[in-house]
Amino acid sequence: MTPVITADHLTIRFGDFTAVSDVSFEINKGELFGFLGPNGSGKTTIIKALCGLITPTEGTGTILGMDIHKHAADIKRHVGYMSQKFGLYEDLTVSENLGFYSGVYGLTASRAHQRIQEVVALTGLAPYLHRRVSALSGGWKQRLALGCAIIHSPEVVFLDEPTAGIDPVARRSLWDLFFLLSAQGVTFFVTTHYMDEAERCGRVGYIYMSKLVALGTISELQNLPEANPAGTTRIEIETPDTSTVLAALRKQPGVREATIFGRSIHSLVESRHIDTLRAQFPQAKVQTIVPSLEDVFVTLTYQIMEAAK
Amino acid sequence: MKSLFYGLWPVCRKEFTHIIRDRGTLFFALLIPLIQLFLFGFAVDTNIRQIPTVVLDESHTQQSRQLLESFAASDTFRLAFTVQSNPAMYAAMRAGTARVAIKIPYDYGRRLQSGATATVLVLIDGSDSSVAGQAVNASTGVALEQSLNRILGSSQLPIEVRPSVLYNPATRSANFFVPGLIAVLLQMMIILLIALSLVRERERGTLEQLTMTPVAALGLMVGKMIPYGVLGFGELCLILTIMRIVFQVPIHGNVFALLGMSLPFLLTVLGVGLFISTKARTQAEAFQLSMGTVLPSVFLSGYIFLIDTMPPFFRGVSRFIPATYYIQILRGVILRGAGFTDLWPNALVLTLMGCATILLAARQFVNQRGP
Repeated sequence: MTPVITADHLTIRFGDFTAVSDVSFEINKGELFGFLGPNGSGKTTIIKALCGLITPTEGTGTILGMDIHKHAADIKRHVGYMSQKFGLYEDLTVSENLGFYSGVYGLTASRAHQRIQEVVALTGLAPYLHRRVSALSGGWKQRLALGCAIIHSPEVVFLDEPTAGIDPVARRSLWDLFFLLSAQGVTFFVTTHYMDEAERCGRVGYIYMSKLVALGTISELQNLPEANPAGTTRIEIETPDTSTVLAALRKQPGVREATIFGRSIHSLVESRHIDTLRAQFPQAKVQTIVPSLEDVFVTLTYQIMEAAK
Repeated sequence: MKSLFYGLWPVCRKEFTHIIRDRGTLFFALLIPLIQLFLFGFAVDTNIRQIPTVVLDESHTQQSRQLLESFAASDTFRLAFTVQSNPAMYAAMRAGTARVAIKIPYDYGRRLQSGATATVLVLIDGSDSSVAGQAVNASTGVALEQSLNRILGSSQLPIEVRPSVLYNPATRSANFFVPGLIAVLLQMMIILLIALSLVRERERGTLEQLTMTPVAALGLMVGKMIPYGVLGFGELCLILTIMRIVFQVPIHGNVFALLGMSLPFLLTVLGVGLFISTKARTQAEAFQLSMGTVLPSVFLSGYIFLIDTMPPFFRGVSRFIPATYYIQILRGVILRGAGFTDLWPNALVLTLMGCATILLAARQFVNQRGP
């Protein structure tokens, strides 16, 4: 099976600033690929390059087998895009927005009519068709934005932080739509800040300081050797008094990372010091755990920061 | 060709919907130029009449009274008040209560009767150059007329010049100013509307969304130009109607030739508006840049000051201002009855300018897709 999206040693520079440095990945049909990284790490730039809006300085990529250098115009017809800015016209109604986007994607009148009905059925926007967008709640705007992004039945959809700033219920129902479409064979490329969203993705890439530092399924990432350095163990400490224990823990020898996780503490410690720790905090319950996705990314980020020094 | 203008009609239709939906903006966009038309059309009058004048008559003779009467009869001067001393006369000039002072010396009557040259002092306030020029001309005219009357008595004048003002016989200011004003008002309205419309999309993020669709840069730009072009054309018809009916300015040429040659100007100002919108990040910036185009079009386009008398540098600058060409078209058709055969070079220059600005704006727009 040929991959739907490929990036092949993509490097993008703006003057002296390197926004994307040597990034490669492949995404298969129907995958829900999560792309994580802090603000300004190059996530949006990669999307723009893959859609043909920015010409990469080095390297190349393909969408549905089309080269991003040569077929930028064709790619746009097969790709949907939705950002946290919605891209909706607030003074137009829901159906006018859908009609406009079906027009700019060049759908014929009958096809547009059919697709608008399908999209409305999928997103449940029927009761709001003739309402102005400005009168919709954030969650409904997001559903409409998704509707507009898929009006031309794209095979690939780029979602750039699609759920920033909406409530958890609306967020979950939007993700249900992504899963529904992905089961129908639509390939999703989703950037996000939220770890719980990343954990829902089939595969995840983590970009930090314009480099792709990790790529794989959740369990692959959890078992990465870099995330579990030799001679260390990841432990969870359950204690009623997390903040004092955390402060004391950080002063202990052999403690590489420590952070509060709800009512417990996650910590990366050198294995030889574990018994000392158990003795140090007799009232706490200490057990070995598999790192969470966040643990993995934090560990990787620390390692890069150390290397940069 | 089709892919060059991809997305033109959907964008055009959407933009019409925006305009119709936003009644307030539509109302003000159409109304404000009309208000300005009335303000400028009624307020600007360059024909100087009834200049307030102070009189110091030391002669108190029949001859001096006769001279003052002919000053008063000229319509240029209004003998507002008399003073009895030199200091009082200068004080009135300084205070600005009088723009002109006429001083008839005590020996005026006696010298005239003895056949010697009698002098009259006329002081003119030079702080307003157009008033001063008119006052100098009118006062020498009065003196000349009085002198000739004395020399010739009742016999005929040997030479008579009969000046005849063509095209604007009454030298009405409205006839001169309102046609030029049309260019300034249309330009202001259209540049602002189209620049704001594109920058608004940039601010709200819909522009970013559009760049991810197959819409071509020219499709987007031309699609936006059509609705605002139509709006500008409607406003032009409205202004012409008001000019004809309210300001009584006759249109000597063919109205359709005028409307036809207005299209290249609309094209150019739409292009300028689009270009501004590629430079401006926010609506406030777009507003300032749009207003920045107004002053040159007022002062360097021949609207107020004659281009032929400008220094060479500014004469050169005026050639790059679209309003320069359109004002010539407006005045040509409306006042002189000129047609396409007389004015086509202006229309051609505007067409070229229009296409150039649109292409420049489209290129600018494509190049800007940075990080």
